[in-house]
Amino acid sequence: MPPVNPHTHELRDHIVVQDLTLAYGKRVLLENISFAVKRGEVFIIMGGNGCGKSTLLKILIGLKQPASGQVFYNGISFWDADLEARESILQRIGILYQHNALWSSMTIGENVALPLQEYTDLIPKRIAEVVSLKLALVGLSGYESFYPAELSGGMQKRAALARAMALDPEILFFDEPSAGLDPINARLLDDLIIELSLSLKTTVVVITHDLDSIFTIGGHAILLDRQTRSILARGTPHDLLRLSTDPKVISFLNRGRTSREPSPRCADVHGDISDRKDDQP
Amino acid sequence: MSTSGEIRYSYPDQGTIMVHVEGAWIMGRDLPNAGEVCEHAASRPGTRRIVFEHTALADWDSTLLTFLTGLQQGCGATGIAVELEGLPPGAVRLLQLARALTDLEVRPDQRLRISFLNRLGLWSIALSGSITAVLAFSGEVSTAALRMVRGRARFRRTDLMALLSECGPQALPIVSLISVLVGIILAFVGVVQLRMFGAQIYIADLVSIAMVREMGALMTAIIMSGRTGASYATQLGTMEVNEEIDALKTLGITPVEFLVLPRIIALVLMMPLLCVYADIVGIVGGALVGVGVFDISPLKYWEQTLDALNLTQFTLGVVKSTVFALLIASAGCFHGMRSDRSASAVGYAATRAVVVGIVLIVVTDGLFAMVTSILRI
Repeated sequence: MPPVNPHTHELRDHIVVQDLTLAYGKRVLLENISFAVKRGEVFIIMGGNGCGKSTLLKILIGLKQPASGQVFYNGISFWDADLEARESILQRIGILYQHNALWSSMTIGENVALPLQEYTDLIPKRIAEVVSLKLALVGLSGYESFYPAELSGGMQKRAALARAMALDPEILFFDEPSAGLDPINARLLDDLIIELSLSLKTTVVVITHDLDSIFTIGGHAILLDRQTRSILARGTPHDLLRLSTDPKVISFLNRGRTSREPSPRCADVHGDISDRKDDQP
Repeated sequence: MSTSGEIRYSYPDQGTIMVHVEGAWIMGRDLPNAGEVCEHAASRPGTRRIVFEHTALADWDSTLLTFLTGLQQGCGATGIAVELEGLPPGAVRLLQLARALTDLEVRPDQRLRISFLNRLGLWSIALSGSITAVLAFSGEVSTAALRMVRGRARFRRTDLMALLSECGPQALPIVSLISVLVGIILAFVGVVQLRMFGAQIYIADLVSIAMVREMGALMTAIIMSGRTGASYATQLGTMEVNEEIDALKTLGITPVEFLVLPRIIALVLMMPLLCVYADIVGIVGGALVGVGVFDISPLKYWEQTLDALNLTQFTLGVVKSTVFALLIASAGCFHGMRSDRSASAVGYAATRAVVVGIVLIVVTDGLFAMVTSILRI
């Protein structure tokens, strides 16, 4: 893929990452990576543990400075912009953190209301209406007065999503959205991500290694590689699985296909399940 | 820039109001509210339904959705149907999603209204629970201490060493600063009175007795309560949040033995030493004032100090500081172990540890004062 040029990029490119190098001290995680996220698309950043996914997210949302390279939002360089411009960009971004990051001393309603109180001129009644709507959108209607600790993991995740959506962001980042969720709740959240992206025309960036989520959400994806410190593959997960000849890509994506089949070593551990008589009625 | 969101009405038939949604419905703009539309519908007898048209709608966000939700609730109460078909498909999908999820979700129970009597009852139950918890904790600590005496307690010696360093040498700078200042303050306060009688030399008696009997132990205890007591509560509270304490329990290791006991031992061993150090530094602080400001000869000051002090006063200060150490460490560990699993709960545990620690110190010091007075020590 040719390098992305932010100055000639299409108007539809919402986020452009150009020659970005991520490092922790002297340890380089990713080197000179470039990619673009189109407006309104669902984009997946996938990769195994330690490949730099979360660090990349930190750079994209302004929590960590890159070693080199640029991140452009609507053609504006985030790291070259002044503080005011950066704040303006950040106000148009919503983030669902891996561990939810709900403020534990505030109720769910207060969590969602805080961005609205800080960044809009809405009167309290209107804020309450918006909070109520956002919570309804994630299936938490009526839970305004509950504290995060009083909710289950899945409900906390959805409450965090309601907070991420509070300001109607142009871009939503999801860091490992299915982390800590059971398969049913994870699937519900994936469906919600797709529905919100379609309905609100929000650009969605999902950072995950969960193959169920990757194949459910679909969309354009990049696969980060720890060894080469680069982007190993680009394309939709289904296309990559079908067309890629790279053994690493196949190995990463194929595990999802076989995850519901027992491991060949399973029989060594449990014996032949059909031999078991005690389970028979 | 598109105009602010507005609405216009038309009436396709007798029972229908068509709401034309126009302009930009964006957060922060001055927008119509749902109540106006409901009032308008109510003012037209025979209105059965409200429909929409959005060809002049420029842009929209959550404010359009809250407007529509308000309309559905307001008009639903008066029996007027709100039909969403003429709205942008995205908005319709989101409203349907909100309704579908709300219908699916188990509604939270209404919060109970708590009367005064209920509240009193709950408070009493909580109080008795706290007393039981304190007794249980004391029992567990005592059992763990007994196991330690028999050489059967399980905790890591490296943890104990690290805790000893944290409670002892690392606290020296702050103890030095506070103690020297207390010594200086005592000397200045005392000299105001003593100078009237030409008895400046007795500054040495005042400072040394006050530091050794009372202030050395008390000030060290207050410093360590704010420093180490809070630190214990935060460490154990965070371990509770991270399920580290659960992990110990499932391994069959008693958390009190593994985590609390070394902390109590470390503080009980280090506090008397810090108290002695504080006594010396405080006396030096007093001497700085006596010798430096009021021209008492250093030798005379030294002799006066030795005359004023005796072993009983010194022992009393050390015993007090040992008891204070036990109270501070216990308060910190108790509140840390009982912390709930959230950031604010850990903060609350640390606050409680410090407050309870200081209250216990002052109350115990008062008891010491009464007992020593009765025993004429």
